[in-house]
Amino acid sequence: MAPITTGHYLGLSAALLLIGVAGVLTRRSIVVVLMSIELILNAVNINLIAFSSNSQNVRGQIFAMFIIADAVAEAAVGLGILIALFRNKDTVLADEVDLLKW
Amino acid sequence: MPANMAPSSAEILRFLPEIILAVMGTFIMVLDPLVRGKSPKIFGHISILAMLAAIGASIFAYTNPGPAFSGMLMVDGFATFFRVLVLGVGILAVLSSYRFLDRERADTGEYHALILFSLVGQCVMVTANELIMIFIGLEISSIATYVLAGYLRDDKRANEAALKYFLLGSFATAFLLYGVAIIYGITGTTNLSAIRAVLSNTTTAPAGAVVGAAVALMFVGLAFKVSGAPFQIWAPDVYQGAPTPVTAFMSAGPKAAAFAVFLRIFMTAFETVGTGWEPLVWVSALLSMTIGNFAALVQQNIKRMLAYSSIAHAGYVLVALAARSEIGTAAAMFYLAAYAMMNVGAFAVVAHLSGKGERRLSLNDFAGLGVKQPLTAALLTIFLLSFIGVPLTGGFFGKFYIFKAALQSNLVWLTVLGLLNSAVAAYYYLRILVVMYMHEPGEATLAVEPLSFGLSAALILPAIGTFVLGIFPSALLQFADKSSIFGR
Repeated sequence: MAPITTGHYLGLSAALLLIGVAGVLTRRSIVVVLMSIELILNAVNINLIAFSSNSQNVRGQIFAMFIIADAVAEAAVGLGILIALFRNKDTVLADEVDLLKW
Repeated sequence: MPANMAPSSAEILRFLPEIILAVMGTFIMVLDPLVRGKSPKIFGHISILAMLAAIGASIFAYTNPGPAFSGMLMVDGFATFFRVLVLGVGILAVLSSYRFLDRERADTGEYHALILFSLVGQCVMVTANELIMIFIGLEISSIATYVLAGYLRDDKRANEAALKYFLLGSFATAFLLYGVAIIYGITGTTNLSAIRAVLSNTTTAPAGAVVGAAVALMFVGLAFKVSGAPFQIWAPDVYQGAPTPVTAFMSAGPKAAAFAVFLRIFMTAFETVGTGWEPLVWVSALLSMTIGNFAALVQQNIKRMLAYSSIAHAGYVLVALAARSEIGTAAAMFYLAAYAMMNVGAFAVVAHLSGKGERRLSLNDFAGLGVKQPLTAALLTIFLLSFIGVPLTGGFFGKFYIFKAALQSNLVWLTVLGLLNSAVAAYYYLRILVVMYMHEPGEATLAVEPLSFGLSAALILPAIGTFVLGIFPSALLQFADKSSIFGR
């Protein structure tokens, strides 16, 4: 069996990116959209760590840790905003949030 | 990597503005439960003092410019210019928030703490010389601004604005990060100067297609943040739904900081691959100007009109970026300063007029303002004339320098289309003037309250600034010229 190379990780990351983008663009539930954004951030992390281990340079791993911390902060704020919206509008579906438009 | 990792005192001094802001923001949050409800205005005073101190610290830091923390930050003229700019925007936003917070009976402590935290992020963004720091600064600024956009928890419009801002903002950040990860992979570094060295060396330069993909991804992420077309969709909704003083803040401060990042990344790290990204910026500039101006023509809601106008103004700054020259960078800096002042001023007038619950936001609510409140109307007139680009205002010289830079870089078509766009824009700004001076006072203008002290300050200061930039532009322009070579 062939060993797993950096290229495999990059392929996995690209696939996660595409799944994430498709999720953001097509899903109605805002919770699933949030999950899709997390998926893209994890695709970035895989990329960074693969590059880091490929070039024996620790900077990418440090960057990945910052991204993990940021993703947590972002999810906390995002869910808070979502709860505020749910209390007022009783919905978490993106297409029912349509007060502001031209 | 130096053996001694402890920062020197010079480095700490270069980071002093951020330290002051972060400490004071935390101090406000600690103080909040102790004095809550007793003296709500104290937090505004504290945050203004903190921002003034941070401006002083930024100017002081510039007396000894240089890198800090192993080259992560770079305190140069460019960083100092934008630090002072975003802090000034913060002060004006806080001045225009006193009356608003009082009127809506909102908590003041958290509000001012969030403004200070957002400013920490913006100061880090404009100083960072390193992609990790840029990302961290961007997120500190964005997360605080997401919360501010939805600050009125019981207002459905604010909820919706915060949600849209959050979803599209974090989506954009994810794209930016993917671009950054690829750049890290092909160059092995995240330092802007080091990236520039790798990309400009023809023997080590990585494949053009990969660089192109990374630059395009980062462009998408940053264009979202500065509301450049075709990634401007979120801006009108968010600017309309968010509380007006917050709109004033986020349409000037975070936007200027995002443009600073844009200029720094694209004019240092990616300057050598400029022929590759110039078409991207060219198209985005044209689309932003055209979509912004033509959509603004048909708006009845004043906040939405100003939101589209701010998209158009982002387009003008992108023209300066497309010029890919030091003159272009200096022109963009000058324009952002002029834009920040007129935009904050115009939104402050809207905040003054809109009344409790922000019900009076349509264009017709300005009818007869010139009769009822001549001073407010005169100040709004100054901002609108500056938006149009009438001589003697900062907006005129801003546009003049941008189009001059574009012509020097042979962007003739972009200049022509930009000037045509400015002519279209004059129509909807003049429409506000006509309603304000030619129509009889309506129900809304009759009910408007007298100008409070904070709001008058938030209107008069940018009006003075607009005139200063319009009559004596050379001092600021010389500083911008000197700073446009960055620290490289």
